[in-house]
Amino acid sequence: MIEFKLPSLGADMDEGTLLEWKVHPGDAVKRGQVIAVVDTAKAAIDVECWHDGTVLQLLIDVGAKVPVGTVIAQLLEPGESPQSARRTATPAPVPREVENLSAQRPKISPAARKRAAELGLDASQLQGHGPHGVVTLEDVEAAARVAPEPDRNQAMRHTIAAAMSRSKREIPHYYLSETIALDKAMAWLQAHNAQSPLPERLLPGVLLLKAVALALRDYPQLNGSWQDNGFKPAADTDLGVAITLRQGGLVAPVLRHVADTSLTDLMRELSSLVERARSGSLRSSELGGAGITVTQLGDQGVDSVLGVIYPPQVALVGFGRIGERPWVKDGQLCVMPTVVSSLSADHRVSDGHYGARFLGEVRRLLQTPENL
Amino acid sequence: MDPLSVRNQVLNALKSIAPEVDPEQLPGDRPLREEVDLDSMDWLRLIEALNRSLGVVIPEVDYQQVDTLDKLVAYLMQKEKTGGQAPSIGSR
Repeated sequence: MIEFKLPSLGADMDEGTLLEWKVHPGDAVKRGQVIAVVDTAKAAIDVECWHDGTVLQLLIDVGAKVPVGTVIAQLLEPGESPQSARRTATPAPVPREVENLSAQRPKISPAARKRAAELGLDASQLQGHGPHGVVTLEDVEAAARVAPEPDRNQAMRHTIAAAMSRSKREIPHYYLSETIALDKAMAWLQAHNAQSPLPERLLPGVLLLKAVALALRDYPQLNGSWQDNGFKPAADTDLGVAITLRQGGLVAPVLRHVADTSLTDLMRELSSLVERARSGSLRSSELGGAGITVTQLGDQGVDSVLGVIYPPQVALVGFGRIGERPWVKDGQLCVMPTVVSSLSADHRVSDGHYGARFLGEVRRLLQTPENL
Repeated sequence: MDPLSVRNQVLNALKSIAPEVDPEQLPGDRPLREEVDLDSMDWLRLIEALNRSLGVVIPEVDYQQVDTLDKLVAYLMQKEKTGGQAPSIGSR
């Protein structure tokens, strides 16, 4: 028997509201399959299954809000029968909020409950006009017409406020910055894009991400998390990417194995991530476990960004606008495309000298773009 | 295709990327990326959407020629007339 728990939805999101089950008891599920949609303060998230198996029981109802880690479904392992599973299974701990929910659950049709959850309405507050006072789909739609929209912006601000306040309260930041010449990188990129079909066109940001990931291999103290009063290094180069949402706020989903991914694949993954972050269809596996975050604010025209570390991570790399600036090369003043890179890092884990060497490595890597 | 249809194609593509855009309020002679707050990823998606709907590939070197809505429409009109294929090496 597999107890399927609500997975981590990113360090700053500790609970989720079930919007929809995508599976039913008896369904076979595959690893990676989306089995539920969960709403968080920031966005609706597709929750993926981590095991092959068969759904035995769904333990929470649409509309229930449960903490991360709650067992939300029971799955049978391949070859297991419901009988054998029941004999060995311990009763699933029912989260308290669900208990409350079922105790005071209003009489409501399943379709109406689902719709109410989609609309962000509290089903227990609805007036029912169906037989025996049952809340019908029509009642929900009617309530939605008068109810104000749930304030997702406010929820988003609370979430960001909590994570960033914790960061500034707990993490002794130090900040470094270095201006990096990008003449070779930009020339390489221009040539690549001029001879590539449209879907293979690269953005400069992809080169920057790859350079950061490669540099992290030599500077592991910037890649990981601070847990239980100690530093836990990350096993891979999984980079959080800060993505601004058009309606306000931001999310930082994760690009995996960046150091081992080709620029073309990285570009494809990044563009899919940005698109899905903005349309609200990120997957649970894309939200947790980054060892560092990279933020690029260059499109907004600022020269540099000195960021706030996303806890429990221990560093954040920022890039400002890529633009032409005066530069001295071989004793001559010239015009050079440059970017100001910055590092915010946790002084409990690393020191300025180490961080400076890391930025130097990023700079060095960007001078040979063909090797990225 | 007439200018109005091309303009509508551009606005449709824009709306798919920035749903909050009000075409009525969009000045044709102001920098488009600034007006609509398009970052470089949004911009690339716009170029891709226009490639799908109009068959025109806009190479990077031409980005400066299409930085306002009016200029973008004019550019697309011209490329359409010349067979939909930009004479650039970017349209392999």
